[in-house]
Amino acid sequence: MSEEQSIDIEKVADLARIALTSQEKSKLSGQLDSILEYINKLNELDTDNVEPTAHPHSVFNVWREDKAEKELPIEEALKNAPKQRQNMIVVPKVVE
Amino acid sequence: MGDELHFKSAGELSDLLSSGSVSSVEIVQSLVERVGSVDDRVKAFNSFDAEDALAQAQASDDRRAKGESLGELDGIPVGLKDNLAVKDQPLTCSSKILESFVSPYDGTCIQKLKANGAVLWGRLNMDEFAMGSSTENSGTHTTSNPWDLERIPGGSSGGSAAAVGACETPISLGSDTGGSIRQPASHCGVVGLKPTYGRVSRYGLAAFASSLDQIGPIARNIDDAALLLNAISGYDPHDSTSYNIDVPDFRKAAADDSDRKWTIGLPKEYLEESSDSAAIKPVLDAIEFYKSQGFEFKDISLPHTEYAVATYYIIATAEASSNLARYDGIRYTKRADDFDGKDSIDVYHQSRALGFGEEVKRRVILGTYVLSSGYYDAYYLKAQKCRTLIRSDFENAFESVDAIMTPTSPTPATLKGAHAEDPLAMYLSDIYTIPANLAGIPGLSIPCGYVDGLPVGLQILGKPFKEDEILRVGRVFEAAHGYKDEHPEL
Repeated sequence: MSEEQSIDIEKVADLARIALTSQEKSKLSGQLDSILEYINKLNELDTDNVEPTAHPHSVFNVWREDKAEKELPIEEALKNAPKQRQNMIVVPKVVE
Repeated sequence: MGDELHFKSAGELSDLLSSGSVSSVEIVQSLVERVGSVDDRVKAFNSFDAEDALAQAQASDDRRAKGESLGELDGIPVGLKDNLAVKDQPLTCSSKILESFVSPYDGTCIQKLKANGAVLWGRLNMDEFAMGSSTENSGTHTTSNPWDLERIPGGSSGGSAAAVGACETPISLGSDTGGSIRQPASHCGVVGLKPTYGRVSRYGLAAFASSLDQIGPIARNIDDAALLLNAISGYDPHDSTSYNIDVPDFRKAAADDSDRKWTIGLPKEYLEESSDSAAIKPVLDAIEFYKSQGFEFKDISLPHTEYAVATYYIIATAEASSNLARYDGIRYTKRADDFDGKDSIDVYHQSRALGFGEEVKRRVILGTYVLSSGYYDAYYLKAQKCRTLIRSDFENAFESVDAIMTPTSPTPATLKGAHAEDPLAMYLSDIYTIPANLAGIPGLSIPCGYVDGLPVGLQILGKPFKEDEILRVGRVFEAAHGYKDEHPEL
């Protein structure tokens, strides 16, 4: 794990898509560093030959028949969209 | 305590309904009054619609009058944590980002409750997106512990536990990712059950950490918890992680008092850790009681216990950062676009900055970090491997014991604000409940006594899909003690 390395709060907040104030940045990076220091405790464990667990009770190959089911009508699905027009969600311009 | 309807358990109310001595409308009216007289102090609810609940109750009474009752839950109010999807009802997760969201569909649990005729009763407060152990991280308000209004109810299902403890609803649903049903249940003096991962469909539960989350019942006694578990359990094609396995009649199983030889494990890591804790005395007394009933106790070791909190906070935050990516201000959440810039990326940044509270930001950022390029193996993969070790600890232990007993929480309910500036201290308070989520096993918390007037919970952990066994073990204690009938003075 990353020894003694501080979290790069600017970079991670950008990846997480959360605009932070400078006050939040300094508070959070201090707290996150101490949480990471605690988490580094896991380095005490030798896990070289251990398989990872993704789910506690593995279920494999969950299939369903490939047939259409009754799903939400468009109006219902769009009911919570902050802006919409003609059954579409209106978003800020993406391509110049 | 009084004979008023709001003090009665779901089982008692169900009997009164079937004998015709009370109507569902009368039950709901008594709860409306109860909420009116105590919830200004307990503040368990985010919202409730009395008119709608009375209409549901009337429909139940009409069914019953026609001889078409849907069963033992028909006409019984069930409180709902505010992260469960009910068609045309708000679903806020106690977050500002969802403050105006209205669910377009019913989750599977809700469909099942409706099919059983239950009265859906209010939306209960929680830590925002279920991230917290005190309900202080709610984006709406802080709920109070009904036994001491200066203290936290626990969390994240704090509203669900406080409402049951304060007799504002006989039963409620919560969700448990690292203890969020069991810990508030212990703090509020009620019964809380986290089912085995996969026992209850998560379809319609707003996701926090998908490999850990389970919906479960909170009640004032074990019979009621079993009644509610009966209604919500079972395989669901809409949740590919729900498990296709028989569902026993939990109510019947919990009431089974035939002779059986039980062997209970006492993990030394939990008891050593808590030997000087305030909450330990009633737990030790409960264990002595079980010994007097012929239960055999065995010292066991769960050697990786001390790594559980660190493992959990990597896995849970990683999954949360991924799950919460959907709250981006574009499709169905509050959008911030009243600022300069206004390209899509800015909208994400600003909407999430405005909509998420401090703890959610902290966890999403931590989760993003442990999944980010260059750190994935060191943190996320490492934690998944540690999870295997923790799970194996339980598998080994359950080779020689039927169930495991521990305290539910290291302390009774703390004062509000106790962990405000120290998130790590708050995380560590979940040390006894987190391992069950990592291992995917069921866990029950039952009231087992008081310390300085504050309720304390005994946790009983069981083998996967053996909720029936831990309910039955719990009931042995409950039947010999009066805690289920004790209510806080409000």
